[in-house]
Amino acid sequence: MSSVNSAHSVVEPGAMSKRIAASIVIAYAVITMIPLVWIFMTSFKSPPDSISYPPKIMFQPTLEGYCNLFTTRTRQTSEYIASLGTPTSTCDETTRSRNMVIAGPSNYWPRFKNSLLIAFGSTFLAVSLGTLAAYGFSRFRVPLADDLLFFILSTRMMPPIAVAIPIYLMYRQLGLSDTALGMILLYTAVNVSLAVWLLKGFIDEIPREYEEAAMIDGYTRMQAFFKVVLPQATTGIAATAIFCLIFAWNEYAFAVLLTSGEAQTAPPFIPTIIGEGGQDWPAVAAATTIFLVPILVFTILLRKQLLRGITFGAVRK
Amino acid sequence: MAEIRIENLRKEFGAFVAVEDSSFVVRDGEFLALLGPSGCGKTTTLRMIAGLELPTSGRIFLGGEDVTLNRARERDIAFVFQLFALYPHMNVRKNIGFPLVAQGVSKAEIRSRVEETARLLQINNILDRSVSGLAGGDRQRVALGRAIVRRPKCFLMDEPLGTLDAEFRDLMVRELRELHNRIHATTVYVTHDQLEAMAMADKIAVMNHGIIEQFGTPQEIYNRPATMYVADFIGSPPMNFLRFRSSLQKGVRSVSVDGVAIAVPEVHQDMAEGELALGVRPEDIRFSDASALRGAVYGSEYHGTNQIVAVEMGNGLVKARVPADQNFQIGETVGLELNHSKLSLFDCASGRAVASSRYAEAHHG
Ligand SMILES: Nc1ncnc2c1ncn2[C@@H]1O[C@H](COP(=O)(O)OP(=O)(O)OP(=O)(O)O)[C@@H](O)[C@H]1O
Ligand SMILES: [Mg+2]
Repeated sequence: MSSVNSAHSVVEPGAMSKRIAASIVIAYAVITMIPLVWIFMTSFKSPPDSISYPPKIMFQPTLEGYCNLFTTRTRQTSEYIASLGTPTSTCDETTRSRNMVIAGPSNYWPRFKNSLLIAFGSTFLAVSLGTLAAYGFSRFRVPLADDLLFFILSTRMMPPIAVAIPIYLMYRQLGLSDTALGMILLYTAVNVSLAVWLLKGFIDEIPREYEEAAMIDGYTRMQAFFKVVLPQATTGIAATAIFCLIFAWNEYAFAVLLTSGEAQTAPPFIPTIIGEGGQDWPAVAAATTIFLVPILVFTILLRKQLLRGITFGAVRK
Repeated sequence: MAEIRIENLRKEFGAFVAVEDSSFVVRDGEFLALLGPSGCGKTTTLRMIAGLELPTSGRIFLGGEDVTLNRARERDIAFVFQLFALYPHMNVRKNIGFPLVAQGVSKAEIRSRVEETARLLQINNILDRSVSGLAGGDRQRVALGRAIVRRPKCFLMDEPLGTLDAEFRDLMVRELRELHNRIHATTVYVTHDQLEAMAMADKIAVMNHGIIEQFGTPQEIYNRPATMYVADFIGSPPMNFLRFRSSLQKGVRSVSVDGVAIAVPEVHQDMAEGELALGVRPEDIRFSDASALRGAVYGSEYHGTNQIVAVEMGNGLVKARVPADQNFQIGETVGLELNHSKLSLFDCASGRAVASSRYAEAHHG
C-alpha cells in the first residue's frame, strides 16, 4: 500500500491541473443542478408566476403548489365561499382566493406510499436474493457457473421494456396487474441480475478464511455467513441497494403499463396532475421535489459506502 | 488434548495429486512441524485434518475417533490461518471470545476465560482495541488467543509467522514454543522455514510434491536424512554429495570416491552397480594435508565464529564449515578429511539412503 506504483497512490497533481479539474467538476455540478433548482423554485411559485414570460427569477413564494398537490378542489360561486366562515388553514385560504374550495385529499400521498413500498420492497428482495446467490457463486463450485452468470447478466442486455407486452399479458392472467406485489416482483427480477454481479465482486474480495475460521470455531455455514461474511459485505450491500433503489424508484414505463389505480406509483401519477384545473406547474414541481427526497436522504445516509462501492472494491484491504 | 493419526491420506484436485498417500501420527501433546517448499501440499494436508477439505481417500483419526467425514465444527480443533483471519468488525475481546459464543458459554464465563487467555499471551492491555490497528505480533497473539480459549483437542497452524519480519519471528518462535510447553497441546505447524521447524518441533515431517519424504525428530532428520531431498532441504548450507559409481555389499566399511578410499559406517544392504552419493554435512569436513581427497579452494564466506569454504573437487563444489581463524588462498589445493562415523550413502536413482550402521541407530533410540 505504501509503494508508489500501487493503484491509488498516484503522484500528487500540480496546482494548475487541480484548478482545472475543480472548475470542470463545479461547472458540471452547476449545469446538472440548474433543472433541479428550477423545479424547486417553481414549486413555490403561484400558477401565473410559473408560466409568466420572461420567466421570473424573483417572485413571491407561496405554498399554493403544495396545497394543490395534496388536495382536490372544486370551483364554487363567491357567495357560497363567503358563506363558509373563516378558513381553517393557509391552504384553505389560498384555495378560496382562487374561487375554489378543498373537496378532499388528492391521490398523491397514496401513490407516493406505493412508490415507497414497491421501491424499498423490491430493493430489499433483490439485494437479499442477490447476496445469497452471489455468495453461492463465490464460494461453491456451481455447475456451469460461468454460463449461469452470463445468463444472469444477459437479462440486462435488452431494455426491460422490450418484454413489456408478454409481461402485461402474463400479469393479467395471474391477477398481478395493478398490484404492489406484481410491481415488487417485476422490479426484483430486473434488479437481481445487477445485484448478483455487483455483490459477487464484493464477496469474492472477502477472504474465505474468515468463514472457515468461524466454521472451525463451531459455527454452521449459515451462522458464519450471517456473523462473519455479512458484516464485511455491508459496503457492497449498501452500494447495490442504492443502485436497485434508484432504478425501482424512477421506473416509469412498466409503471404506466401495469398500474393505473390501487398500485400506481408516483412517476406515472405526476404527469396526470397537469390536467386538473389548467396547467398547474407548481403542483407538478412540488410533486417532483417531494419525490426526490427519499433518494436524496438514502444517498446521503449511505454516501460513504456508495463512494467506496462505485470503485467496486478497489479501495478495500 | 488428543492424538492425531492420518492414514494413507490423499487429495487430488482434478488430475493433480496435491497430497499422496500420507500417513503419520502426532502423539498427544506433541508438536509436529510439516515442512516443505511452496506448493508441496502442506496447507492441503492441514485443511483435510481440519475438515475444510474432504480427502480423496484415506482416514483421519482424532483421539482414536474416525473423523474423516465429520464437519469442521464437529472436530473440536483450532486453526490459526496464515493471515490470521481476525474478524475486522469485532474488537480483540470479541474475536477471542467468538468460539465460546458458538458453544453457548455464559457471558460471565466467556469474560473470565478471555481474560485468562489474554493474560497467558500478555495481551490483556489491548482487549478492547479494534483488531485493524494491531501490529503483526499482536494480531498473531490474538489469533492464538482465539485458538486456545476453547481448549480444543489440537491446534493446526498454517505458517502463522509467515508475514512477520525476521526479528519478530524469532521472538514469536520462542513464545510459541513456551506456550506449547505450558499447555501441551497437540499441534501441527506448517512452515517452509527449516530453522523454525528445527527450533520448535518435537517431530518434523518433510514433504515434497505431496509426499512425506521423512518423519522423525529434528535430530533424526538432520543426522540421518532418509532421502537426498531431505538431506538437501535441511541445513544451511545443505549436505554435500560426492557422487561415484560402484556396487555395495553388506558389511562393507569403505567406498572409493574419485579413486580415494573413504571409510563409511558399515553398510547393511546389498546394492547392484549404480550411481551412488556420499553425503557429508559441511561441519563434518576438516582440512588436512594428509588426506588424499583433494580439491582447490574456490571461495569462502565469513560467518563470525566460523566460515564456509567452498572447494572445487572433481565431483563438484563441496562446502565445509571450518573455524574462522584459518586462512585460505583462492585456488590453493587442500586435503579434505571427512568425519567417517557421520557419513550417509544414497542411491542416486531412487534418492533413498542406503541402510548402514549409522541409520540403524535410529531404530534403537
Ligand atoms: N482448491 C484447489 N484446487 C486446485 N488445486 C489446488 C487447490 N488447493 C491447492 N491446490 C494445489 O495443490 C498444491 C498444494 O497446495 P498447498 O496449498 O497445499 O501447498 P503448500 O505446501 O501449502 O504451499 P505454500 O507454501 O505455497 O502455502 C498446489 O500446487 C496448489 O496449486
Ligand atoms: Mg500453504
